[in-house]
Amino acid sequence: MGGAYFPPTSASSGGVRAYNLIKHYGTQKQLVQALRGVSFEVQQGELFGIIGPDGAGKTSLFRILTTLLLPDGGEATVDGYDVVKQYSEIRKRVGYMPGRFSLYQDLTVAENLEFFATIFNTSIEENYDLVKDIYAQIEPFKDRRAGKLSGGMKQKLALSCALIHRPSVLFLDEPTTGVDAVSRKEFWEMLNRLKQQGITILVSTPYMDEASLCDRVALMQNGEVLTVDSPEGVINSFQQPLLAVKANRMLPLLNDLKAFEGSDNAYPFGEYHHVVLKEGTEPAVLENYLRQRGHGPVTITTIRPDIEDCFMALMRN
Amino acid sequence: MKQFRSFVKKEFHHILRDKRTMFILLGMPIVQIVLFGFALTNEVKNSKIAILDQSNDVSTLALRTELAASRYFDIERDLHSYKGIEEAFQSGKIRLAVVFPKNFDADLRHFNKAQVQLIADASDPNVATTLVNYATAIIMDYQDRITHDRRLPYTINTELRMLYNPQLKGAYSFVPGVMAMVLMLVCTMMTAITVVREKEMGTMEVMLVSPVKPMKIVMAKAVPYLLLSMINITSILLLSVFVLDVPIRGNLLLLIGESVLFTLTCLAFGLLISSSTASQQTAMFISLTGMFLPTVMLSGFMFPIENMPLPLRILSNIVPAKWFYYIVKEVMIKGLGFAAVWKETLVLTGMMLVLLTMSVKRFKIRLA
Amino acid sequence: MNNNIAIKAESLTKKFGDFTAVDGISFEVQKGEIFGFLGANGAGKTTAMRMLCGLSMPTSGKATVAGFDVYRQNEQIKRNIGYMSQKFSLYEDLTVKENIRFYAGIYGKSDAFIKEKTAWLIDQLHLGTEANKLVKSLPLGWKQKLAFSVAIFHEPQIVFLDEPTGGVDPVTRREFWSMIYDAAESGITVFVTTHYMDEAEYCNRVSIMVDGRIDALGTPAQLKQSFGAQSMDEVFLKLARKAVRSAD
Repeated sequence: MGGAYFPPTSASSGGVRAYNLIKHYGTQKQLVQALRGVSFEVQQGELFGIIGPDGAGKTSLFRILTTLLLPDGGEATVDGYDVVKQYSEIRKRVGYMPGRFSLYQDLTVAENLEFFATIFNTSIEENYDLVKDIYAQIEPFKDRRAGKLSGGMKQKLALSCALIHRPSVLFLDEPTTGVDAVSRKEFWEMLNRLKQQGITILVSTPYMDEASLCDRVALMQNGEVLTVDSPEGVINSFQQPLLAVKANRMLPLLNDLKAFEGSDNAYPFGEYHHVVLKEGTEPAVLENYLRQRGHGPVTITTIRPDIEDCFMALMRN
Repeated sequence: MKQFRSFVKKEFHHILRDKRTMFILLGMPIVQIVLFGFALTNEVKNSKIAILDQSNDVSTLALRTELAASRYFDIERDLHSYKGIEEAFQSGKIRLAVVFPKNFDADLRHFNKAQVQLIADASDPNVATTLVNYATAIIMDYQDRITHDRRLPYTINTELRMLYNPQLKGAYSFVPGVMAMVLMLVCTMMTAITVVREKEMGTMEVMLVSPVKPMKIVMAKAVPYLLLSMINITSILLLSVFVLDVPIRGNLLLLIGESVLFTLTCLAFGLLISSSTASQQTAMFISLTGMFLPTVMLSGFMFPIENMPLPLRILSNIVPAKWFYYIVKEVMIKGLGFAAVWKETLVLTGMMLVLLTMSVKRFKIRLA
Repeated sequence: MNNNIAIKAESLTKKFGDFTAVDGISFEVQKGEIFGFLGANGAGKTTAMRMLCGLSMPTSGKATVAGFDVYRQNEQIKRNIGYMSQKFSLYEDLTVKENIRFYAGIYGKSDAFIKEKTAWLIDQLHLGTEANKLVKSLPLGWKQKLAFSVAIFHEPQIVFLDEPTGGVDPVTRREFWSMIYDAAESGITVFVTTHYMDEAEYCNRVSIMVDGRIDALGTPAQLKQSFGAQSMDEVFLKLARKAVRSAD
């Protein structure tokens, strides 16, 4: 994917640029390739998602961009500053929320926020308008120790702490992992309101369904970027016909779908199985085939792929 | 400055809210001092002694009875020559030998003056001094009594000989030893653990991605433990003076200043450990083996360094506790001034600076 | 009692002091069914599952698991269930083989059985070259598949899965679910707790807990229909938004 990008020039604009980032761990004998040449650009004020399973390299990427790790190759800028040479400039202007909500468990909600405000040389009062929307929801518990909060509340507090110094770029590493659906929804709503304030936001997540909530996404797998596009763009790039199929006995159905000549790929998808048809194969042919194989009433619908379908298609390439 | 203050405040919250750990940190010195003190007073009861009486007269007989009557001593055997003394000690049966020279009573009556020789096994210096003190007290009692009865000034000189450890290193040694041990535990281990805990919790990541200078993080961690150590030093000193009757002979300010110096050395070592470890368990293990064991084994507190083989004697020089232990003993027990310990102070200062520089240098501005 | 029922709960309740964590839940799980047990953080899922696994004594109500009573026969229950959670199931510093051996040993299987089945399992999972490697060196997806295989190694009647597939790629996830379907086909009942709704779509039936009660129970299709929702996510949000309590 690297071809479309050029090395960042030193005095570039805001946002985030990564060019051919490489990172590996371990010794020569047991080399773990975390990033194998990752490139993308995030515009200022964009809500950008890094979507990929555990082990895709999301955390390594975030740590390089937040100046916590040095890349073994490639270049990157955040808000126009080089992540290696100008790390102290970047540290002044980014907000970072690591995977585990890094709060002081034995400090209260208010003490945590106050502490993070002072280490960034600011005060809660100064930037209260930015966090008030989020912090107001946990303020009733401000004297409770952070360790005693529920997952959703911890997430809100961690976000408040990452925002309290009004960063220009916000990095959120898997903020929704381990949090229930309601809190996840609220969290994405909060991110959209933050975007209105002009903050550039990079979110990583292993949950494909969250891709549609971003302006643009980079799909990652095994240290490589599979594609960078808007969610619609990703879906539109899926060219083959896709069908959702359902029958009474799902397990034999899947085996038959896999064996079907005209199917390029078949896999379970919730209560349906999805079948990717080879170009030129008509759904009616499949229906016929399934009837011959003795499946009684079969539901076959042509559907629009979702990000998970696209991700799997990209993984196969 | 506000940043720093808020850091220190946070550290205090961590300590104060972990009640159990705080209780251990503040209670440990008290328990140790009491235990050591108790173990000592208990040990001298019914100690076996030998008597070499070359005079066999009224006075020696009287003294002998006094000694035997005391609950501290049991006369294990009578000796007939100096050679027997050595054997008796070496067989491990006795802890003290009392030698009356020829013509003891005659000397006392004619010259109003006589000699008694007390020979003690000083390889356990605490016990040796205590025994000698008790024996001297009994002899003095006797001297006072005959002076009173006969209205003449009689003097019995006790002459001391300490076997195996003639300089009597280690007398009251447990007080400076406990000080070294406690400061080491509180500062080295606790500092290492708190820094590593932030790594484990992930809060260190956020600290690093902030404009805070590493130096500030490091110093803020040190402040509360420095204070806690001062409290511990105070409680140890108060206990040793008022409960154990171990006096502070030297300058109190000098003693405290030296303790601060040692505390800083330990803190620096703790920070150094924390910068190269990733888990609390490892940090604790390294502090224990790297600092605590050498403190106990090689500082001279438990085992006299003079008796060690050469390699260990050389090795002991890099143990900060050895220097601190020496300084405290000279100042507190012997009552010497700064002039007597400036060299050791210099060594300790050097160690502190090296460790501190190393730990600040090694404190990474990035992960891994 | 009906022999086709793997789990049966009637008015099952657990109170901690004044707090009713699980508030009289009733449901049945058929043998060989894949049953999704959903709920927001703090809804009472974990407490309910602990009671069913025989780890926690109910305050009131009745429940049988694999035909055994949760009050009196929790030892028998433990012998007849398997358990897997995403985080804690395998020992990272033991090899694949050692992990299998260890878990099989816990259930007192004979050496011959262990040996034979271990070989079969390693072959099934295509772990031939990794059998003597430490588990921590395996990719996450393989670990999850191995953890599931270990959880059903002793051929339990019911397997409890606690948020099994978070964070894996879509392909591995599907491989994992086809292992679950295979297990269900062979008669093992699968009880899955999760708060990821796309996992719920793979279950035969799901229940949704809100504030300690089961507020919805049915097939994903039924639930979507009765709540007028496009996805399970929507169903869940409609229900969970009503929740009063939020603490974990």
